[in-house]
Amino acid sequence: MTFPTFALAQQRTSVPVRIDDEKCIADKGCTVCVDVCPLDVLAIDLTRGKAYMAFDECWYCMPCEKDCPTGAVQVDIPYLLR
Amino acid sequence: MNTLEREVDVLVIGGGTAGPMAAVKAKQADPSLKVLLLEKAHVKRSGAISMGMDGLNNAVVPGFATPEQYVREITAANDGIVNQKTILAYAQNSYAMIEELDRWGVKFEKDQTGDYAMRKVHHLGTYVLPMPEGHDIKKVLYRQLKKHRVEITNRLVATRLIVGADGRIAGTFAFDCRSGDFHVVRAKSVVLACGAAGRLGLPASGYLFGTYENPTNAGDGYSMAYHAGAELSGIECFQINPLIKDYNGPACAYVTGPFGGYTTNSRGERFIECDYWSGQMMQEFHNELSGGNGPVFLKLDHLAEETISAIETILHTNERPSRGRFHAGRGTDYRERMVEMHISEIGLCSGHSASGVWVDEHAATTVPGLFSAGDMACVPHNYMLGAFVYGRFAGESAARHAQAHGHAVVDAAQVDAERARVWAPLLREAGLPPAQVEYKLRRMVNDYLQPPKVTRKMQLGLERFEAIRDDLELLHARNPHELMRAMEVHAIRDCAEMAARASLYRTESRWGLYHARVDHPERNDAEWRVHVQLHKNAAGDMACFKRPLEPYLIDMDRHEQAAYQQLRIKTEAVPA
Repeated sequence: MTFPTFALAQQRTSVPVRIDDEKCIADKGCTVCVDVCPLDVLAIDLTRGKAYMAFDECWYCMPCEKDCPTGAVQVDIPYLLR
Repeated sequence: MNTLEREVDVLVIGGGTAGPMAAVKAKQADPSLKVLLLEKAHVKRSGAISMGMDGLNNAVVPGFATPEQYVREITAANDGIVNQKTILAYAQNSYAMIEELDRWGVKFEKDQTGDYAMRKVHHLGTYVLPMPEGHDIKKVLYRQLKKHRVEITNRLVATRLIVGADGRIAGTFAFDCRSGDFHVVRAKSVVLACGAAGRLGLPASGYLFGTYENPTNAGDGYSMAYHAGAELSGIECFQINPLIKDYNGPACAYVTGPFGGYTTNSRGERFIECDYWSGQMMQEFHNELSGGNGPVFLKLDHLAEETISAIETILHTNERPSRGRFHAGRGTDYRERMVEMHISEIGLCSGHSASGVWVDEHAATTVPGLFSAGDMACVPHNYMLGAFVYGRFAGESAARHAQAHGHAVVDAAQVDAERARVWAPLLREAGLPPAQVEYKLRRMVNDYLQPPKVTRKMQLGLERFEAIRDDLELLHARNPHELMRAMEVHAIRDCAEMAARASLYRTESRWGLYHARVDHPERNDAEWRVHVQLHKNAAGDMACFKRPLEPYLIDMDRHEQAAYQQLRIKTEAVPA
């Protein structure tokens, strides 16, 4: 019996959620955008103290943008649908 | 990774629409009960109405409609296949729920005298109540959860229900999509409110998450109910919606219709009598789209400036607020251009059509102690207000059940087996990425199950879904987030198999496009005026069977029964 092999390749993708690092206050402990995302695709980069889109699985529903206290989040329509 | 165990009285799975209502109502029924609301995302912004809702589609308001009238309308809209008892229970409690939501702070449109500003969209009666400021609805629900001291856990993904040795419900298994911890939650009664199976078909764009439904609602609830031994019903009555092409927002009937907007063909001509979403309406939409008169458009460019501004405010701030951004990107202005429309991917959702877990008029499933409400519970065309009303029933029923029963006995082997299944993708050293398996599975759903349905194609689809079952053993997750996607693929595969088997079983056509079978094109009331139920049989196989219709509570006259069968506008023959 032969076992399947799993050679993998990385594929780049442009993500629809953009964070303005100047405005983002994740370094002060804010996690609002990460908390409200229904798909849990946002995360905080602990080395920089800024939010970012960790997974390209956006429903462009916008709670992250609406609920951000400093207006740091911008949701674009994903490129495939634009 | 740890295993965490806990015990509650009432467990509600799903914190979107029906779930929070069920949790609040269970707590109101008996404040001494320990009620836990378990949510896959975050209760503040989860479910189908994460950004709000722009109206009630099925409000039964005295002076505009009676419960009996509503039951007749939905019986006709769902081609006769309804348990009228469940629809009537909804209709009789619809108005009280509107008043309660109003007291809680949900804003409905009212006229100058303070009455609800009802609009007619359905074929026969008047049931639409706009909520131009409906963006706050999740906040209103959250306040009630806090006020009633409902315990909440976010980011827990339920995977399978726990069934006791005596067949009673005993709780759920779940895992934390951030830490990977495995949770065993024991409960005396469980409310399943996990939303639609929204990640079944693949949107034409190929973008996995561009679905009509919130993609977090991946069909987990349907899969969990099935594996717990519950009966499901009407799975073959797919959800297919008319949407803006490439964008997942609906457009016409409920919002723009009352303002004068309508669906047209490429010549700008109306072709359907009634824009209310039904399978028959979708069949005409499909015919126009694929015929010489396509594509289909939403027409608003004939309306006055103030009307269009009002429509924009509602459409761009409520249910789908990124819609304005989509139109801006394409250079579409409602004032100048008709909006191109298309058909959505297929899904399972009783909120819009009829597919769901079988429930009675108390939201009870066929598994003792298990209740269900919202998009995943079979009460046809139930929409958001139906989710609230059945959420209430489910919460009250679950409270009663928890008062009368103790915790069921659970054997340890069940816990070990599920933990091994859930952790397997994380523990494998290599394997298939969940997104790739999901893409292939959902493309096969489109290829083989998208109506019009063809027998041989659906049989081939089943073969493919069986083959993908083997691939589930090869799924690899690099972190708990990918594990969530991996376990969702399990649920989506179950739903695909259910959709194929139920569709093959009903050898007739019904509900317009929702169940249009090319090789059984006629409706056959003699044999198929029945519910098609699906369950896991004693041998552990997926099986379908007929459940006879309960006698109607409300008589239907022939005109009403046929009301939804003739939706194409009749054109007069041009004399030669």
